[in-house]
Amino acid sequence: MTSTVVINKAAPTRPVKLRSMSRDRTWALRWSYFFLTLFAVFALVPPLYMVITSLKTSAEISAATNPWWVYHPTLSNYVELLTSNQFLTFFRNSALVSIFVVTITMLISVPAAFALARMRFWGSATLATGVFLTYLIPETLLFLPLFKMFVAFGELTGIQLINKWYVLLVIYPTLTVPFCTWIMIGYFASIPKELDEAAIIDGASWFQTLTRIFIPVALPGLIAATIFAFTVSWAQFLYPLVFTTSTDQLVLPVGIVTTLIKGDVFAWGQIMTGALLGAAPPLIIYAFLMDYYIAGLTAGATKG
Amino acid sequence: MADVAIERNAAPRTARKRASLRTALKRKSTAAFLMTLPLILLILLLVIYPAFYSLHLATLNKSMQRFIGLGNFQFLFKRETFWLVVEQSCIFAITAVFFKALIGFIVAHFVHNIPAKGQRKWRGMLLVPWVIPPAMSTLAWLWLFDPSYSAFNYLLAGVGVDRIPWTGETGWARFSVILVNIWFGAPFFMIMYLASLKSVPDQLYEAAAIDGANWWQRIWYVTLPMMRNIIAITTLFSVIVTFANFDIVRILTAGGPLDRTHVFATWAFRIGIEGGDIPLGASVSLFMVPILAIAAVFILRDINKRGNES
Repeated sequence: MTSTVVINKAAPTRPVKLRSMSRDRTWALRWSYFFLTLFAVFALVPPLYMVITSLKTSAEISAATNPWWVYHPTLSNYVELLTSNQFLTFFRNSALVSIFVVTITMLISVPAAFALARMRFWGSATLATGVFLTYLIPETLLFLPLFKMFVAFGELTGIQLINKWYVLLVIYPTLTVPFCTWIMIGYFASIPKELDEAAIIDGASWFQTLTRIFIPVALPGLIAATIFAFTVSWAQFLYPLVFTTSTDQLVLPVGIVTTLIKGDVFAWGQIMTGALLGAAPPLIIYAFLMDYYIAGLTAGATKG
Repeated sequence: MADVAIERNAAPRTARKRASLRTALKRKSTAAFLMTLPLILLILLLVIYPAFYSLHLATLNKSMQRFIGLGNFQFLFKRETFWLVVEQSCIFAITAVFFKALIGFIVAHFVHNIPAKGQRKWRGMLLVPWVIPPAMSTLAWLWLFDPSYSAFNYLLAGVGVDRIPWTGETGWARFSVILVNIWFGAPFFMIMYLASLKSVPDQLYEAAAIDGANWWQRIWYVTLPMMRNIIAITTLFSVIVTFANFDIVRILTAGGPLDRTHVFATWAFRIGIEGGDIPLGASVSLFMVPILAIAAVFILRDINKRGNES
């Protein structure tokens, strides 16, 4: 008799308590979604506004209509830019610079990272720390002495590198190599020692160990480093602004900022189209290789 | 005839040399040194050398022919604009880094809160500002802030607010460059914090919940101590990058109105490249070194600590 009373007492309270907990949980979820939506709007408004403006004619931009809506969508801005020789030159320069810089970066940083991670030699630990410190030196500290150095180099040897797009191939690796070496050291160091010991016992040389074992095993790290090198060289703005001035030598970001902004006040349709096309390659890479992109991003602050 | 003789003499010597070279190459340390040689050369020639060269440049006069010691610095200390730049650089870096860290922390928690299968999508959207080259996205902001066609002012007019001079007035211009910097940098913090949140063991939260900890106590006593190291490293990284920022300020305001939004990098560019006074510009950019050095020392310490823990 008594036991049934107890059960009756307990029965109504338990489900109620459970329901209130799950209700708390659903409310927390709703609030999370609400704020995430707010932040996503904040994050996506500028790129969306780029798209909106790029679809408008100059007449519509200058008319006092709602700027957030396209009344007469047109692709004329895209057609105009993609058939303009100047814009295609910018695009070609950017693409060439980025591809060459990625190649140079990988050729320098992968062997160096392998040596620093596996072949302990005199000063290797100091060098690894030094590589990391170099990554922390911002380009805004070095652009003036570098500019003066290249001017002096031109006067001394007669090889004029200033105002040629390929001068960037020499300069960009200072931005990409330290970080790529650093994250490759981390990836290489995480490979178990047994793997390369087995390869050495089987008679592989150091070079073969690198190409047959380390590069395939650390491929995700290699992809992350490649993406990093590409996005950095594609987005770099200060160095090309300092080192190149002729319109046929400019890369995309500088080209858009210096040639499209001047003159016509209502060139905003074209500026936004250019900016969007300039942002497209990194965005496309990001859309397809998001996990590698994020792996590279978070690897910077970890060791090993 | 003579040629043949020389060749005959030379042949064994080169062979021996080649053999010794081959044994040297087989030695681990030589091979390792050769593999790192391009890296060492790159760092020495294009990073270390220019860094010291800028110290030398800072002691020259405008035409770079006469040594004037600390003359450039004395000149800078007397200029009002210099102190404006110091003030603005500090306001810019401190405010921007603080809000980037705060927003990143909050957003990371919200993303962590929602079911795992939706997280990828949200994370993907929220990281977009970081992916777009800053020079390109700042153009979009410049157009959103346009004095006569500002799309923000259009929305504000809808709720009866007067038009705001986003880049035209000192206070608003400073607000705008900081806002754009927060927009660009907060996703980086979000990603770093999210990765670190995921590595906090669930058992700690369960234990805290059993001990009766509320939401705030769980953050203060579990999450923050577990994330302390990553928060420190990310913040210091961001201090360096923000303090040395160039793209956003250059495109959005170019230092204006009346030099009120110049930071060290943009002012050094204005003086050194546009004004043609490379030594003075180099002196300006050297003022970034102390703060960068302090941040670098702390980062190195934290990273070594992380390395030792794991």
